[in-house]
Amino acid sequence: MSTSSDGATRKHGSREQAMVPEARFRSYYGRAVLKPPVWEWKVPAYLFAGGLSAGSAVLAAGADLTGRLALRRAGRVSALATLVASTYFLIADLGRPERFHHMLRVAKPTSPMSVGTWILAAYGPGVGVAAAAELLPAALQRTMLGRLLGQLSRPAGLSAAVIAPGVASYTAVLLSQTAVPSWHEVHPQLPFVFTGSAAASAGGLGMVLAPVAEAGPARRFAVLGAAAELAASRLMEQRLGLVRQAYTTGKAHQLRKWSECLTAAGLIGTAVAARRSRTLAVISGLALLAGSLVQRFGIFEAGVASTKDPRYVVVPQRQRLNEEPHRV
Amino acid sequence: MNSGHGLVVPLEDVAAEAGHRDHPPRMGFFTDTSVCIGCKACEVACKEWNLVPDDGFDLLGMSMDNTGMLGANTWRHVAFIEQEQPLGQQEAGVAELPTGPSATEQTAGVVANALRQAARGGGELGTSPLQIRPSPQELGMPSFQRPGAGTRAGTGAERRTDFRWLMMSDVCKHCTHAGCLDVCPTGALFRTEFGTVVVQQDICNGCGYCVSGCPYGVIDRRPGDGRAQKCTLCYDRLRGGLEPACAKACPTDSIQFGPLDELRERAAQRVEQLHERGVTQARLYGADPNDGVGGNGAFFLLLDEPEVYGLPPDPVVPTRELSAMWRYAAMAASAFLAAGLSVFLGGRR
Repeated sequence: MSTSSDGATRKHGSREQAMVPEARFRSYYGRAVLKPPVWEWKVPAYLFAGGLSAGSAVLAAGADLTGRLALRRAGRVSALATLVASTYFLIADLGRPERFHHMLRVAKPTSPMSVGTWILAAYGPGVGVAAAAELLPAALQRTMLGRLLGQLSRPAGLSAAVIAPGVASYTAVLLSQTAVPSWHEVHPQLPFVFTGSAAASAGGLGMVLAPVAEAGPARRFAVLGAAAELAASRLMEQRLGLVRQAYTTGKAHQLRKWSECLTAAGLIGTAVAARRSRTLAVISGLALLAGSLVQRFGIFEAGVASTKDPRYVVVPQRQRLNEEPHRV
Repeated sequence: MNSGHGLVVPLEDVAAEAGHRDHPPRMGFFTDTSVCIGCKACEVACKEWNLVPDDGFDLLGMSMDNTGMLGANTWRHVAFIEQEQPLGQQEAGVAELPTGPSATEQTAGVVANALRQAARGGGELGTSPLQIRPSPQELGMPSFQRPGAGTRAGTGAERRTDFRWLMMSDVCKHCTHAGCLDVCPTGALFRTEFGTVVVQQDICNGCGYCVSGCPYGVIDRRPGDGRAQKCTLCYDRLRGGLEPACAKACPTDSIQFGPLDELRERAAQRVEQLHERGVTQARLYGADPNDGVGGNGAFFLLLDEPEVYGLPPDPVVPTRELSAMWRYAAMAASAFLAAGLSVFLGGRR
């Protein structure tokens, strides 16, 4: 019924040419086959905040072990703040927020959301204790509670750091285990985009909050993360068939271009200048944070777009059937 | 079909797999679209029995279909497709009539363009009213002249000879490997003793994961209510020994309810019979236990390709890649942790 003539040459990436043939397909009045996600902006916002929290927890634990007090404080406090924000986003996006605790009825390995609930449940207390120890007023530090918190803060912070990689990566499976073509098809690369993005944003926040002298690990974390995010994100797009158009057109495309520019700028700034000036470190850090945030929204939008247009469902499935003629 | 973990193999006994002992046989629907007359009694009976609210009163322009799609507020949906081709050897009776050229394709194009402007690409149909204001479109009708007069071909009588109407009552497929059930984090979605898939309304917290987990676009969240809604295969009626409301109301037995084994046998015979009678396009959809969802509890006899009815041609439950997805996530998590460790090893600065 409707066709796309979008397969023509695009500027960057010479491999793109002539890869996507014009997709002719049949549909029911051009209507979507799938239901577009009912999730709103709070879900990509959570993806960002959760990743940032995980990265901050790792930096805080390392800073604790290597005696970088300012970086430790920045990491612990921001890990908690972003975890609180994450919890808000997750609960507020429910259709029945007052029933959020129903998530704790079951532990279901086939549901990444259930797995994630339990990862967060295991992650939260460590983050909370470590941040509480950091935020405790000086007057209370010599009380029983203060001393207990002080002693618990290191193991608590370490436990959070050990679980943090799960927090940063499970969200990729959360998106991929759906019928949403743009999310499902990228399941090999998406975890690397997300953990890279988490490291870049946490490194960026460390650079913003900690003095230059202590922020060395944050800078290195940011550089590694940003490089991984950029590479994985590029690879992800290249490996896709028709569904790539959901990433390379419309709102998703604009967001992802912005993300790439911001992250690349932040990466260069961090590698070149963030060591010399606090101002440049803050600017680079903010660019990385923004790049990570926009990345999550870009991927989210690509998913939504791929459910609204039936061709992303019908064309690849029809091709698959034509290649396996024994099935209808 | 590869990867070999237990979530994707053909499953003999879904109810036992879910923990039911001494359970009744797996029950389902066989919807034979070749005898559907498009009366929509199933849609009405479903709404009446299950107290399903309205989904807006739009006039969609999709032939006689003003419902549009399954959704939170539509658990049976009758699709209408107009085609300029014969149905088997049936005489359409339009050859002698001054019908003029068909406007079917044109109207379908107008609808497709309008749906593209909808917030959810038409995915909101069956759940909530369409929020678009399409600009007026020239459909070539109505006119004050005799139908067909004034066209290039004079009376136009010779322009159109064939016509068929495909009508199909769609419903939740109650998959063997149900994407919605797999991803539900609260246990609200469960497998009944009849092998069907049902949402427990007192448990669902409206996380919306099932909406994206379904490869058919069936289940949706009801606005204002906040919970996921779909066909229950009339779980309450089944427990009381009654057949589902839609099957009960169907005047042509297009919707047949019964034990799945029997329905599959009956369906295979029906396809054979139709082929013998020259309806070579007849095919079953969702009856194969080796397909991407392990076969459907509610399957169909179609007269054209599934996508023509708005169905995915080769749906696969997203869970099939579950172990691969976690493997990649574990690799990324390890890399993340290794990076986190290494950045503290590189000297004091």
